[in-house]
Amino acid sequence: MKVFEMLLLLCLIVCSVAVAFTKDLLTSIVTFMSYSLIMCVIWVLLQSPDLAITEAAVGAGVTSILFFITLKKIKAIRKEDSDEQKEREL
Amino acid sequence: MSRKRENYEKSFLFRLKRWMDGEVDLLENGMETVPLPKRRRYQEVEEKLSSKSEKSASGRGELSSDREELLSGGKKRFSADAEEKALRIYRRIYQVMSVVLCLSIIFVLLWTIAYLPVFGNAGNPDNNEVSARYIEKGLQETGAVNIVTGMILDYRAFDTFGESCVLFIGSCCVMVLLKIEKGSKSKKNQERLAKSQDRLYEPKNDVILQKCACVLVPVILLFGIYIVLNGHLSPGGGFSGGAVIGSGLILYLNAFGFEKTERLFTEKTYRRITVSALTFYCLAKSYSFFTGANHLESGIPLGAPGDIISSGLILPLNICVGLVVACTMYAFYALFRKGGM
Repeated sequence: MKVFEMLLLLCLIVCSVAVAFTKDLLTSIVTFMSYSLIMCVIWVLLQSPDLAITEAAVGAGVTSILFFITLKKIKAIRKEDSDEQKEREL
Repeated sequence: MSRKRENYEKSFLFRLKRWMDGEVDLLENGMETVPLPKRRRYQEVEEKLSSKSEKSASGRGELSSDREELLSGGKKRFSADAEEKALRIYRRIYQVMSVVLCLSIIFVLLWTIAYLPVFGNAGNPDNNEVSARYIEKGLQETGAVNIVTGMILDYRAFDTFGESCVLFIGSCCVMVLLKIEKGSKSKKNQERLAKSQDRLYEPKNDVILQKCACVLVPVILLFGIYIVLNGHLSPGGGFSGGAVIGSGLILYLNAFGFEKTERLFTEKTYRRITVSALTFYCLAKSYSFFTGANHLESGIPLGAPGDIISSGLILPLNICVGLVVACTMYAFYALFRKGGM
């Protein structure tokens, strides 16, 4: 159990650093989502299931959805079709 | 050879080196890159200079005046150079200072952590008489098996009221910022309305999403209602249950579009539900609020602990908080999406 906790904390740190350093905003939001999920498991291990439910619903669910819409509205999500077409041409 | 060069140019070290030299912004393809205004002026001066020199080569008569202008242009060019240099130095100082600031904050935080008491120790300052009293007499006084909900909605009901008000005010602010007036006929407004209908350009009626939503949405909504209603018996409560219900509504909206959700949920219903829930909360607890948020007997029988209908006011207050949170989550999404509900 101790090892599992350490692993979770390590993943937490890696995720939080990766959120800051990823260039693609979409990737960083998905990383942020995984951060919230790991945090949710840690809350369960710390015996506060109340917070775990809230974290899963708000942190991983609603917040990232709002981020996705914002990215879409400011047209920061690039379309991958053009890349695929380029590869086909090559 | 070229492959190697490409690999090198893609490597992290190369980009770091370029960034340290101030050649590129890290957000190269992002939105925050602002072209340097100084460099443009420098180029303009240079273009002017070259055109002047051509002119002076063609017409010898205006040579003297041209020379003066050339000289002044040279001065300008010199000042532009100096400005660019100053800007570069400033950017370098900026980078170094930001790194130093980050490191010092990290150091201070870690230093503070070293002084924190050990996690879960019995002698920690948070294990004082308040928590002891809550744990000993909580079940008896509030009737809630889940002691957290008993604390949040009975002893500390005033705080929770403030939290739901904060959510309501937050959604009101988003509405003020993002709402598009449908009444006004101005051209700009119509353009914004047309632009906000981004669902028109999406794959509508996606079968996979709709089938998944058919299975998932009832389960999610039921789970949310279960969390809200069992707030005083099992983990959870108004806030988490409301968030689950809200995300279920958002999934339904994503799958079936605004036409379907507008049948049961419009701005009018949103306003009615949130305002009435907050008013009920305030009225139900106002007696204890006005006496300084003391814990007072409500006069409602607490019932047997463990039953659904027990623990006095906690269940209706949980429902109120859940309604406010669910409506707020849905309202946030709808406002972000199309600037209205």
